[in-house]
Formats: sequence, C-alpha cells, structure tokens
Amino acid sequence: MLQTIADTMVYSLLKLSSNSMLGTALNFFVYESIKIFLMLIIIIFFVSILRSYFPAEKTKKILNSKHHFWGNIIAALLGIVTPFCSCSAVPVFIGFIESGVPLGITFSFLIASPMVNEVAVIMLWGLLGWKIMLIYIISGLTIAIIAGIIMGKLKLERFVQDYVYEMKLGENKIPDQSIKDRINYALNYTKQIMKKISIYIIIAIALGGFIHGYAPADLLVKYAGKDSIIAVPLAVLIGVPLYSNAAGIIPIITVLIQKGLSLGTALAFMMAVTALSFPEMIILKNVLKTPLLIIFVAILFVSILFTGYLFNILI
Amino acid sequence: MNIEILGMGCEKCKKLYTATEQAVNEKSINAHIKEVKDIKQIMQYGIMSTPALVIDGKVKISGKVLSKDEIKQLL
Repeated sequence: MLQTIADTMVYSLLKLSSNSMLGTALNFFVYESIKIFLMLIIIIFFVSILRSYFPAEKTKKILNSKHHFWGNIIAALLGIVTPFCSCSAVPVFIGFIESGVPLGITFSFLIASPMVNEVAVIMLWGLLGWKIMLIYIISGLTIAIIAGIIMGKLKLERFVQDYVYEMKLGENKIPDQSIKDRINYALNYTKQIMKKISIYIIIAIALGGFIHGYAPADLLVKYAGKDSIIAVPLAVLIGVPLYSNAAGIIPIITVLIQKGLSLGTALAFMMAVTALSFPEMIILKNVLKTPLLIIFVAILFVSILFTGYLFNILI
Repeated sequence: MNIEILGMGCEKCKKLYTATEQAVNEKSINAHIKEVKDIKQIMQYGIMSTPALVIDGKVKISGKVLSKDEIKQLL
C-alpha cells in the first residue's frame, strides 16, 4: 500500500519516469520516509505506555534483590524498558548504588539502556530488516551483561565518587498514574521525540536516496569491506562524537551497507554512537572517578570492537 | 507557594522551568520558583528521574516534561 502511495505521488502526480534516476531516487525517498515515520510513531507510542509501568524506582527494587550473573541479565533487559535519558544517568546511578544494587549490575543497566533504545531499534527494523535488528539487540545486551560482570569482578567500588556512598535517599511516593495519564504521557513523548528527530531522518533518507542512486555499487568494499582491519576501530572513533543522532545515522548506514560497508563495521559504528558518547561520559564523571571512567570506556570500546570483528568474520 | 524544579540542567529541565513559569504567571499565583541543580539536594527527594516538579516539598511529577496546562492543574 505504501508503495502505491509513493508510486502515485512520484510517477503520476509529479510525472517522473520510473526509469529515470531522479524518479527512482524520489520514489525511494517518499516510500522510506512514510514507512519509517509510521513505524516510529506507532511503536514509540506503545513503548512509552509500556515504559510508564517500569519507572526507575521500580527497576531499582527489582535489582537490589538480585545478585551477579542473573542480576546482570535482568539489569540489561530492564535497561530496555526503563525510561532513561542521559540527563537522568546520575540520579539513576546514585539511586541504584544507595539502595544496594551491586556496581557491576548497575553498569549492565547503564550500558543497555542507551544502546538498545527504541529509536535505533525501530529504524534498524524498518531499513535493514528484523534479522539485523535482532542481531543488534542481542549483541547489545550481551555486551551490557558481560561488561557488567567484568566490572563487578574488578572490585571498583573505591573509584566511585565518595559522596555517592554518603547519600541517603528520601522516601517519596510517586503518585500512581491512571491509564489516561499514561496515554497522555505516551502521546506527548512520541510528539517530543518525533519533533526532535524528524529533520535528521528526512535529511538522512534524502542523502541515502542520493547515494543510492549515484554512488558506484562497490565504493566501500575496498576500504570498509569485511577484510579491512582498520575499518572497525575507525568506525567506532567516528561514532563517539555523533551522540544522539542514531535517527539520522541509520538511514545513511543502510545505504552504505548496500554499497559495500560490512555489517560488523556498521554494528560497531551504531553501538559507538548510542553507548559511547562524550556528553554521556561527562555526565558520568559526576559519579565516577577518572580511573573508573577510563575502565568503563575501555571495556565498552573493546567489547564493541570485538562485536564488530566477530560479525565481519561470521557474516 | 514554593515550587522547585529538580534537574542538573538538561534541556528537559529548562523546558519544565519555562512551562512552570508560564503556568504560574497565567494563574497569577504568588509562587517562588527555584531550580535545584545540586545532585545531593535532588536525591533527597527520593527521585531517580529528572526533571521533577516539587510543590511545597511534595514531588508531583518526575522524569517528564509537563505542558503549561498540565502544570496549571497541579497548582
């Protein structure tokens, strides 16, 4: 049905030929844009409703009764459903530690939460298909679980800023929400997100359409194909400063994959964008002393590299 | 009335502050609005998601930005 709309708009209304470069590029743009926007709006809305049932306060209660291994797995999974934005990273961290959640489990949560975020996941699904989406989710969760376990084993508690341990959280009951509140919240949240990312998506899909139509097919194979050793670390380094633009990056990645960028490199790049960002590190500096921050970044960096190389070898 | 906006200064906290200011002005309530940016003070309210809106010492909302009209109903 979406294809019919795109065809009608481009070929009938604009009278462009389906054989022309411009025609196919524009058709691709219209179709992809409508599809991605519909998916984002519908899924973000339902995810927000689901999330309203998992506030960080509840997640904390679930996690402080869990210990190691299972705790790491549950923390990573809860990281997907607990609403989280990097501006809340500090209160979440303090809240977890104060209530007795082990450090390693807290890190599993803090890694999974931004990495497996709904916008990135929906865009991967819409543009690259459910298999790649699933690979992304599973490898993201695996990194969060393993990195958390390692950090738990390293006994890094002394590298948490001292004041964190002196904090006493006040008890405060957050009022219960009615279904109507939750729907309102979800509508508002969806609107906010769409307002923020729409422009990036449109530009990125347009740019993607352009590359799709004009760039030669094996442009990247030589430099960023699966045999390139340097491609994965390079992709991660480029990804770090591109924080919060997962929405804009995925459409471009999609086209680059079609032009020969290997999947492992693409995955590593996206993980770096979502989980390894400068602003997030600066925020975490509030609660972590420098050695711990460096260990955290190093473990994430190595895990993402490993994932990238692994999928380049496997696929 | 004492209103506090809890948050370490992110974009959402500023939005909530502006919306609260507008709501207070439109209802012409005599209220004092204060931003609380210090993490230790924020945590004393027992919340884990910012921004949060506190009216007379009670947490009304945490982890989301309310519209001006929603805030009016809370005042």
